Amino acid sequence: MEPRAIFSGRLLPCLLILPQLAVSVVFFYWPALQALQQSFLVQDAFGLSTQFVWFENYVELLQRPEYYQAIGVTFVFSALVVFFSLSLGLLLAVMANRNIRGIQIYRTFLIVPYAVAPAVASVLFIFMFQPGLGMIARAMQRAGIDWNPVLNGTHAMILVVIVAVWNQISYNFLFFLAGLQAIPKSVIEAAAIDGARPMRRFWTIVFPLLSPTTFFLIIVNITYVFFNTLGIIDTATGGGPNGATQTLVYKVFQDGKAGSDLGGSAAQSVILMVIVVALTAFQFRYVEKKVHY
Amino acid sequence: MVEHRRFGNLLPHIVLLAGVAIVAFPVYLAIIASTHDNAVIANGQMPLTPGSHAIETYWNTLVSGTGKTTREPVGGMMLNSLIMALGIAVGKIAISIISAYAIVFFAFPFRMTAFWTIFITLMLPVEVRIFPTYKITSDLHLLDSYAGLILPLIASATATLLFRQFFMTVPKELVEASKIDGAGPVRFFFDTLLPLSVTNIAALFVILFIYGWNQYLWPLLITTRDDMQTIVIGIKKIIDVHDALTEWQVAMATAVLAMLPPVAVVVLMQRLFVKGLIETEK
Repeated sequence: MEPRAIFSGRLLPCLLILPQLAVSVVFFYWPALQALQQSFLVQDAFGLSTQFVWFENYVELLQRPEYYQAIGVTFVFSALVVFFSLSLGLLLAVMANRNIRGIQIYRTFLIVPYAVAPAVASVLFIFMFQPGLGMIARAMQRAGIDWNPVLNGTHAMILVVIVAVWNQISYNFLFFLAGLQAIPKSVIEAAAIDGARPMRRFWTIVFPLLSPTTFFLIIVNITYVFFNTLGIIDTATGGGPNGATQTLVYKVFQDGKAGSDLGGSAAQSVILMVIVVALTAFQFRYVEKKVHY
Repeated sequence: MVEHRRFGNLLPHIVLLAGVAIVAFPVYLAIIASTHDNAVIANGQMPLTPGSHAIETYWNTLVSGTGKTTREPVGGMMLNSLIMALGIAVGKIAISIISAYAIVFFAFPFRMTAFWTIFITLMLPVEVRIFPTYKITSDLHLLDSYAGLILPLIASATATLLFRQFFMTVPKELVEASKIDGAGPVRFFFDTLLPLSVTNIAALFVILFIYGWNQYLWPLLITTRDDMQTIVIGIKKIIDVHDALTEWQVAMATAVLAMLPPVAVVVLMQRLFVKGLIETEK
């Protein structure tokens, strides 16, 4: 950090930074440390005595098949959402990056999903996909598909993926558009003079030049799927059927709500924290790289 | 763009129109459904044109509460959401602008320690520390209160980083000049720095308002009283009743009302929104 430090005085800066430090300590560090501590303890059935058990909670967690199911669900869910929301966002951004009329109107519509809460977006889609009354559900039934996300795990997964992709399109669209606008026109013109057709120009020049944006968006989208989709899953499927849409974060929520296994739930939280730290570190290394680019 | 195209810009228009249709259709359907009678919706024969029950449905939803499921009227939930969203946005901006000011413009012991202490909170989203945070909030007697809804979500490393970055671009000469004029740190902050930060504050406000309004997990956990619920939580409870009893017209009217404020903010302040979005993330 550049040392500026222009004003002298000690009391004032301490007072200025105090509110944020206080909130961080009380609502971030204290609970995080408690989770860490809790994850090494086992409580008896009545909550009367606790015992320090080292890594027993973690070991037990890693022996449970449901935990691996949740890892698998999280992986599939993230991969599908990242792939589809990035592809659609990129396609729309490429189309919007031309000099066409009405671009302002298109953009206004395309940013709307960002403002819709995941849980509310979920309700909009439930309404369309509800067997029996939903418009799309009925169309599928007429076409002979036995659509039922309440009983069919694959259908439930498809439903939450659609909602999450819809919710994320705006974000990816805006970032890809900004990335495309930053590519100098001269590079593309040079390729055109060399005789490269539009498709070829896109894959050999535009797409590689966009890779910092793409990479950044992949990380942000994974973070989104991990944490912000909880509202979608809770309203649309409740993690079901049979855990088919239960992600790691949703499992922490459900296990914690049941309240029976504090140690195991805390161990899950700690593992998630480690994943977030890894993702954030990854993202910052990349940002750092781009600065020196 | 580069070469002459025979079909002009037909393809982009088709793709963008399809994109807009996909994005807008669920919202359109919700608006239409909120104007129809529940019986029409429940048998799956809802037309794609507005019905005649709009006034009745919105009145019931907003003011009088809905008969069958005896829910709180949504008007009160919207007020809770508004207080929470404004509290989070204003609170985050206030505490992070002063902490960034301290970090950039002062030399004091443990400055870097303080900076890193704030920075690391970036890695602890509320979802991973949810139950311990719940317990602390409950120990502090903040359940079912606005303070409980707002405070745990208020510390933001992102906002502090944004202001810090912006403050570091403020030329030294500006500070020197105001020092020569006899201004102390407090006057410099209010007379020079704050006016310079107005656009940044506004852009951040747009993003944080949406963030606050759309919160789900935290209000779900810490509000038990119906009159403390936010609208995003309320909507889940409306569709959570047994399938045949769901009042879809009310659920959809609630969805429309829940979308209205954040969508209006994004659409009306589009330039600030895009600026805020791209700058807070980079």
